[in-house]
Amino acid sequence: MDAIILQILNGLDKGSAYALIALGLTLIFGTLGVVNFAHGALFMIGAFVAVSVQRLLGFSFEQIDPDKTDFLGNPLKVKMTYVESWFGPEVGGAIVDWSVPVAVIVAIPVMLLVGFVMERGLIKHFYKRPHADQILVTFGLAIVLQELIKYFFGANPIQTPAPSAFKGSFDFGVLIGFDPNAIIYPYWRLVYFAFAAVVLGGVFAFLRFTTFGMVVRAGMADRETVGLLGINIDKRFTLMFGLAAAVAGIAGVMYTPILSPNYHMGMDFLVLSFVVVVVGGMGSLPGAVAAGFLLGILQSFASMNEIKSILPGIDQVIMYLVAILILLTRPRGLLGRAGVMEE
Amino acid sequence: MKFLGLSKKDTTFLLIVITLTLLTPIILQPFPENSTLAQFNAGYPDLMQRFAIFGIFAIGFNILFGLTGYLSFGHAAFLGVGSYSVVWMYKLLGFNVLPGLLLAIVVSALFALFIGFISLRRSGIYFSILTLAFAQMSYNLAYSVLTPLTNGETGLQVYGNDPQVLMGENAPDSPHFFGLVMNESARLDLGGWQFTFNNGYYFTAIIAIIVFYVSLRIFRSPFGLMLRAIKTNQTRLNYTGLNSRPYTLAAFVISGMYAGLAGGLMAAMDPLAGAERMQWTASGEVVLMVILGGAGTLMGPILGAGFIKYFENIFSKINDQVLQGWFGFLPDGIENFLIGVSHFFVGKSWHLTLGLLFMLVVIFLPGGLVEGGQRIAKALRKKRSGDDDDGTEAQPSAAE
Amino acid sequence: MGILEVKNVGKRFGGLQALSDVNLSVKENTVHAIIGPNGAGKSTLLNCFVGKLIPDTGSVSFNGQSVLGLKPHEINQMGISRVFQTPEIFSDLSVLENVMIPCFAKRDGAFRLHPFETVSHETDLIEQAEQMLIDVNMIENRHMHAASLSRGDKRRLEMAMCLAQEPKLLLLDEPTAGMARADTNNTIDLLKEIKDKRDITMAIIEHDMHVVFSLAERITVLAQGTPLVEDTPENIKGHPKVKEAYLGEAA
Repeated sequence: MDAIILQILNGLDKGSAYALIALGLTLIFGTLGVVNFAHGALFMIGAFVAVSVQRLLGFSFEQIDPDKTDFLGNPLKVKMTYVESWFGPEVGGAIVDWSVPVAVIVAIPVMLLVGFVMERGLIKHFYKRPHADQILVTFGLAIVLQELIKYFFGANPIQTPAPSAFKGSFDFGVLIGFDPNAIIYPYWRLVYFAFAAVVLGGVFAFLRFTTFGMVVRAGMADRETVGLLGINIDKRFTLMFGLAAAVAGIAGVMYTPILSPNYHMGMDFLVLSFVVVVVGGMGSLPGAVAAGFLLGILQSFASMNEIKSILPGIDQVIMYLVAILILLTRPRGLLGRAGVMEE
Repeated sequence: MKFLGLSKKDTTFLLIVITLTLLTPIILQPFPENSTLAQFNAGYPDLMQRFAIFGIFAIGFNILFGLTGYLSFGHAAFLGVGSYSVVWMYKLLGFNVLPGLLLAIVVSALFALFIGFISLRRSGIYFSILTLAFAQMSYNLAYSVLTPLTNGETGLQVYGNDPQVLMGENAPDSPHFFGLVMNESARLDLGGWQFTFNNGYYFTAIIAIIVFYVSLRIFRSPFGLMLRAIKTNQTRLNYTGLNSRPYTLAAFVISGMYAGLAGGLMAAMDPLAGAERMQWTASGEVVLMVILGGAGTLMGPILGAGFIKYFENIFSKINDQVLQGWFGFLPDGIENFLIGVSHFFVGKSWHLTLGLLFMLVVIFLPGGLVEGGQRIAKALRKKRSGDDDDGTEAQPSAAE
Repeated sequence: MGILEVKNVGKRFGGLQALSDVNLSVKENTVHAIIGPNGAGKSTLLNCFVGKLIPDTGSVSFNGQSVLGLKPHEINQMGISRVFQTPEIFSDLSVLENVMIPCFAKRDGAFRLHPFETVSHETDLIEQAEQMLIDVNMIENRHMHAASLSRGDKRRLEMAMCLAQEPKLLLLDEPTAGMARADTNNTIDLLKEIKDKRDITMAIIEHDMHVVFSLAERITVLAQGTPLVEDTPENIKGHPKVKEAYLGEAA
């Protein structure tokens, strides 16, 4: 029992990331009809916004500490970040420590901007082109973004630690009545899940309760009619794209303490997120979210030793296997409508 | 003059391709060895082999994607299967490449039949994702549970204690074709020029010519016509009494066999096989080659493969020294600026150039290099014939 | 016994009964029109003939053979061709190639792997296809890209493609939808000519009464998914029920 709960918990953080990326993919696909292969790159850019913020906050200068001397009796030079010198060691130190959450605030406008530029500059011209062209051009864009990141940040993963308050693990099992040490769970993963839940809830509420959201949902259901109503969907679509980019971006920011950012993480997540979208049902937002968590958890179960000893290698292929089975038996996915993109 | 069932125009076309292929070691070596431009030479055995091998891969992919429009993101799986087959034959039988290549074609055909049979039940992006899923599964399995077959991360290679039962006493200790050793070359020094005629290149080049001829025949055949019809209107095809599924499956299997052959030839040139050949980036690369050259055209895939492999080689070689050599005559400020900008695109950043190029082609030149060439030729013709009206020009219906 | 026999066909989409209890018999070598107001189920019925939809109840048989559960291409191979509301042609191919494909389908069946034959060597089929194009007055366009044809020419090309298979039954789904009067008249003439030249049965779904009364020998009126009357054009014209259900609405 405790093992099962542990696997579910382990699946949550990956599942959250899948759900957030798949949500954006589905929004873009559902409203704009565009298959965006560069969506994983947005997740990656988000992660590197976190890296950049961490570096910016870490800028420091040397100063002489009057109270201390080194072992030769000379005044000791200590490094001090600008942030600490501006806000004092208490507040400044906390800001530096909390660089990942700070990066979320920075990432939202940055990602919105990236999304707007991408949509206006490129995607817009591909609304009417075949899906194959959309895939190809966004695939090209993904390569470019990935290589740019590699150029500026290098090929090696970069560590971005969580705030020290959330470092380490805690005994989750004790909280729900298990023996001590039965379920040890890292704090940050729980934070990530809570964060994902808030973002997902926010996006759904936004779509549900705002006029903008209503138009978007109507557009997803029947694009042409909404166009005929004389509503300027173009502008809303741009906003929509920005929103999807921002969701992917902050998902990337918050994921950095779990996975040190590297330049190919976008592609890795993209392929899996597409699988998620297909399993959930192309064009279905609840489907994307449900499938994201489902597959994340399934993946973590498949990597249990008990399972692997019966079905060797299952952890490597489980997601693809599920996708293949779903596509063959229920092409519309778990919650999708029939006929979407079936030509 | 008619030849092997080809029209006059196609015969000329084939003969040109044959001539160019056979003369490649000379054509790609236009600059003397010690000139500053020698870095643009491409007549090295290793690079020329890659031209031919990726040419085969792309020609095969074009039969599926170019003709039917089904975009597979999983063809690298067949590439990998081909390589493993060849290395296994080395291990079991000996270094003659023939059994391995035959096995590579058979195994990849069976594999493609299986994957195609399932994936082709869906079309459009679903098909792409199914093929991608299969290829990623193969890749992941090759790294993990299939290690006994693939030797995992190390990659499959020949060891001293392998059986190699058909290995004769004096047989060469590296891949060969009935004694023709792949990595041996004849060199010709002519003035400042040095030409390398490599056995491996000629072996792959002759195979490439044969498979190019096969693709030419397919393009001109009723089968090819049906495949093009599938791309333009599958509904009409079905309501014309034709079953599109076996046609697409046949195209899928043929292109899978081409990919398997290409993978096999990789191992025939260099007796190694690794799982990274199955990664989806490798599938992406062949898509790129075909698009860049011109999907659905005969020459496109070859041009695309050659273009990408050539510039990959050249661009990766350009470093600061080379750049300084180019921009050295400029004032320092401008020189540094230009070198800085160039950094984005050369050396290790070659993939960035590739990605940009890819976007530009999809945006501005969906027909690829072939279409670009046609546009230029058309513009030139128009210029020459003055204000001759262009209404007389026949529409090129099939791929030229 | 007609060439196409429809018995008790019913089809439901969710809460909507699109067709119920449809009985219909199309006699060989006649032109049979199926008319009815919008939403009467005409297109649904047609889709049941060609294998795109499978009815929930009842049977559809062609030449005494059931077509239910067969794929579109199998039904086509039995001798039913279909003209679409918007012409479905191979727009990336040349006009001649467009017509050659049905010629191949007729000769070789639903699938034949012929990768090493050459299209340009098939002189018999080329001749056959060219004859077809002569019949529809399009021979001078044979090397044109099909996409660059005018809409009327696309329609004629589609007819030529269907006729190249020498079908026993030609289904036409609003062949003049969206056409100008002149084009409509041309189409009527073309269809008349086709009918005169060969033994062929036609079933037409049509909105335009002018087309229906110029061509049809029998007319079935469909309303709310079920046939109201079936009779000759003369009788239909004055039929009170029809006026009520259809002509009244149209006028």
